Amino acid sequence: MRNPNEVVAAALAAIQSCPDLQTLEQVKAAYLGKSGQLTDLLKSLGAMPADARKTAGARINEAKQAVEVSLKARRESLQQAELDRQLAAETLDVTLPGRGLSSGGLHPVSRTLSRIQALFRSIGFEVATGPEIETDFYNFTALNIPEDHPARAMHDTFYLQGGELLRTHTSPVQVRYMQTRQPPLRIIAPGRVYRCDSDVTHTPMFHQVEGLWVDESVSFADLKGVLADFMRNFFERDDLPVRFRPSFFPFTEPSAEMDIGCVMCGGEGCRVCSHTGWLEVLGCGMVHPNVFKHVDIDTERYIGFAFGLGVERLAMLRYGVDDLRLFFENDIRFLNQFN
Amino acid sequence: MQFPESWLRTLVNPALDTAQLAHVVTMAGLEVEAMTPVAPPFNNVVVAEILSAEKHPDADRLRVCQVDVGEAAPVTIVCGAPNAGPGLKVPCARPGAMLPGFEIKVAKVRGVESFGMLCSTKELGLEGAADGLMVLPDDAPVGEDFRSWLNLDDTLITLKLTPNRADCLSMQGLAREIGAITGADVHLPQTVEVEVRIQDTQAVQVSAREACPLYLGRVVRGINAQATTPRWMAERLERSGIRPLLAPVDITNYVLLELGQPMHAFALSRLNGGIEVRMARAGERLELLNGQNAELAPDMLVIADANGPVALAGIMGGQPTSVERVTVDVFLEAAFFAPMAIAGRARRLGLSTDSSHRFERGVDFGACRRAMERATELLLDICGGQAGPITEAVAELPQRTPITLRLARLERVAGIRFEADQVAQGLSALGAAVERRNDSLVVTPPSFRFDLAIEEDLIEEAVRLFGYDNIPAQPPAAPSRMLPLDEKVLPEDNLRQMLVDLDYQEVITYSFVDPAWEGALDADARPLPLANPIASQLSVMRTTLWGGLIETLRHNLNRQQERVRIFELGRVYASLEAQVMKVGGLIYGDALPEQWGATSRRVDFFDLKGDLERLFGHALDTRRGVHPALHPGQCAEVWDNGQTIGWVGTLHPRLVQAFDLPFAPVLFELDSRALIQRRLPRHASLSRFPLVRRDLAFVLDVQTPAGELLAALREDAPAQVRSIEVFDEYRGKGMAENKKSLAIRVVMQDTERTLTDREVEDAMQKLVNTALRQCNASLRA
Repeated sequence: MRNPNEVVAAALAAIQSCPDLQTLEQVKAAYLGKSGQLTDLLKSLGAMPADARKTAGARINEAKQAVEVSLKARRESLQQAELDRQLAAETLDVTLPGRGLSSGGLHPVSRTLSRIQALFRSIGFEVATGPEIETDFYNFTALNIPEDHPARAMHDTFYLQGGELLRTHTSPVQVRYMQTRQPPLRIIAPGRVYRCDSDVTHTPMFHQVEGLWVDESVSFADLKGVLADFMRNFFERDDLPVRFRPSFFPFTEPSAEMDIGCVMCGGEGCRVCSHTGWLEVLGCGMVHPNVFKHVDIDTERYIGFAFGLGVERLAMLRYGVDDLRLFFENDIRFLNQFN
Repeated sequence: MQFPESWLRTLVNPALDTAQLAHVVTMAGLEVEAMTPVAPPFNNVVVAEILSAEKHPDADRLRVCQVDVGEAAPVTIVCGAPNAGPGLKVPCARPGAMLPGFEIKVAKVRGVESFGMLCSTKELGLEGAADGLMVLPDDAPVGEDFRSWLNLDDTLITLKLTPNRADCLSMQGLAREIGAITGADVHLPQTVEVEVRIQDTQAVQVSAREACPLYLGRVVRGINAQATTPRWMAERLERSGIRPLLAPVDITNYVLLELGQPMHAFALSRLNGGIEVRMARAGERLELLNGQNAELAPDMLVIADANGPVALAGIMGGQPTSVERVTVDVFLEAAFFAPMAIAGRARRLGLSTDSSHRFERGVDFGACRRAMERATELLLDICGGQAGPITEAVAELPQRTPITLRLARLERVAGIRFEADQVAQGLSALGAAVERRNDSLVVTPPSFRFDLAIEEDLIEEAVRLFGYDNIPAQPPAAPSRMLPLDEKVLPEDNLRQMLVDLDYQEVITYSFVDPAWEGALDADARPLPLANPIASQLSVMRTTLWGGLIETLRHNLNRQQERVRIFELGRVYASLEAQVMKVGGLIYGDALPEQWGATSRRVDFFDLKGDLERLFGHALDTRRGVHPALHPGQCAEVWDNGQTIGWVGTLHPRLVQAFDLPFAPVLFELDSRALIQRRLPRHASLSRFPLVRRDLAFVLDVQTPAGELLAALREDAPAQVRSIEVFDEYRGKGMAENKKSLAIRVVMQDTERTLTDREVEDAMQKLVNTALRQCNASLRA
């Protein structure tokens, strides 16, 4: 009988030199297969005397085990090497950009409108809308601006050939809303408005948000509270200074203009605030009784306040846009900045 | 309204500096729009006279002047100005003077020592011609400080007055208001009754008594219209933005600024007979002072003589009867014209005058006589002459009825407590008569306030005097109620965001567009035209969003943007009743942004259609249609719930050329209502039994749309059929010329049990029959 140790030594050498799994299986067959060398040794046991067979058998089994352990280790090592190779081959440059569409973006005016609406909704204002081609009645008369009132000269109105007009403010929505509903009412009305004026600081179309709150006990102090709250939240500045100045709008009385401390210079004075430290941001006031009369709301029972703010103005201040006209040129390079 | 601060301070002089005064006035509702110093800071400049001017020995263009600066001996100054000559009075900066931007020192100029500088307007930072030394009038006092002599330490204040505060359109009114706000004493201009020296009058008949409730007239004879307007008056006029012209005119303008009463002076000799205040007659014309030949309308009030209108009442005088240098006798007018009789007329004639601006808003009818006396007094002082008596035609003047102000109402509107006495005191200071009655004040407004008629007007005044800033800003208390939230309506913001996620950039384009775009996109479009467009390319209301989108594409192509994907959510205006919210979009250029990992190809119809399917969340019901702006073979009408809701397609090649585009964009426009209407999800139990998939390949006519076949199959499919979709289309090799093949995948499943082969085969056979019957589609061999 061949010395099992010699066979094991030869087998281990063969296993270690296997370059791949396929060769390894061939080596396995050569030693442990049906007619493998160790199998042959086992077969030869039958011809041995019983006591010698026992010792030899044990030696052969040890040898077989040693070969199997080595085979397993080699197999695992080869498998690992192959996996490593595969992984190396499949390695990507993960710093390359991803594939597919890019993403678009909202227009800055939309984005601002959306923010304004979210803030007012959070204290219970509903959103209302109305037509942009309006009648003289809703745009002026019902808002206490009779024919030939000097306030009409403040609105450079676009007229259609049929005598209708493009609304000059979102205030007509107030009237339309109140015509069909009874207080308490709390709405904002965003939308496009038009004035025939076009220069560096005016575009013939722009956006406003109208606000209206009518109930039995709302006051000028409430109006100030809501609008100061809004501006501070819109600009995310708890310490934003605000002030209210008396003004005139035919559909509110008392009327006020609201200023905020200049968000560009912090009130130091700059070009944007004409070196006053203040920015005029909206007009507001208590709903005029003549407006309530047009919509049959009891002026003794109900009080209301209303306001109107310019969306482009807020967008310019919020995002540092220095030219109003950029909003309607729709240059994608400009619009992309808001994505 | 613009005026010099120095004038105001002669009438009311609160202990506030300019900036503080501006703040107080602004916070009281008279917004200070601008404050401009009359002159920039400079010092040490005096009035001087050039005694002699000799040529500089070493320089052709320079002269050596001996200058009297009011000291014992003249000083030597070298000067390069071409107009420097003996006898000229000029401003002279002395050594040590600080001028805007530089300092004056004693210096040698080409060897001659010069003790100061003779100045032009430019060097002093003043307005006016700068082509030589600033020439001062002969009576300028030599040696006097130039700044104080011309009153240059003054500020021009510009107020942005609201239309309700006509009473503040004069120095007198402003002084009164500032007195009420600050508590400072007010010294209104004193007027005297001038001595009547002649008895001449001009006959006046007021026919339009409602439009002209008060008309005062006076004849003044023997004036010298060429008299020089005094410097103080000219200065105040100029600093209020009115150019001095001729003394009598300057005087009426001055009274307008001082007292707020617009006046007019007619050349008496040019009036033909008595005058009448009446409405214009149709067809009448008047040559106005500004040279405009105005066609008058019957609702315009005129002053007329026997020949016809001589002035447009309250707006502008006529040229033929205007005062000229040679005028000797004048007829002065001070009237009250009702605001409603003047309002809007000037604007219709393209005019806006100081007079119409005031009459439209309301002039103090209680002060006409004072204004007449004031103007006469100034006229006699400056131009000489003799005054006749004042004639007066008076009808029904506006009433000032007492208004009740309830303290409780005031407190409810303002949201704070008020002291009745304090309110009463404030209203009195504004010139109102106030009477305390229990918990109310009964207030009679003064004649100069046209904006006080109802309780709210007084509430506003009370709150204004109290100070808006003194009212606390309080968060309102209201019952907490949730807002309704309709789950079947997709918020517009979400719709926008979905498009953004699909790689569309939102744009906002004008609602009015070029009629040429409208016509090009649809020759049958009848867009609503604007009566007064701002430009011809913005003159009609859009009936489609596509014009603006294509223009936006062009704008960006011109800026080297080669991939454009945009959308707009906005209204189109088919008619007054149909101002419909639409969502429209356009894609152009590469399907994907340029990238390493994907081959580039241009967008096509199906890219856009796929985006819309993602937007709707389901397959689109599209049908072939014809739209004039779209490629006839790449154009589909979109249907939803049995009605057409919009279009999707490739721009027509004709328009691609017309709009000068390198390639065709793909466009869509849909009624946004269809997109935001969603269904409320409803759960159906899931099947535990296996799915069965079967593929069918049909051969059918090229012209038959896949949609038709799918619709027919879906219509006829048994209940167990879950879905029927196209997964391939094939034409070309192996197909007859006019045929195509569509591969259809049918998925079946029952909720109760496993389907038998037999059931599946029967269903397939049914579909095959349907395809043959409805669409002439046969199974592919």
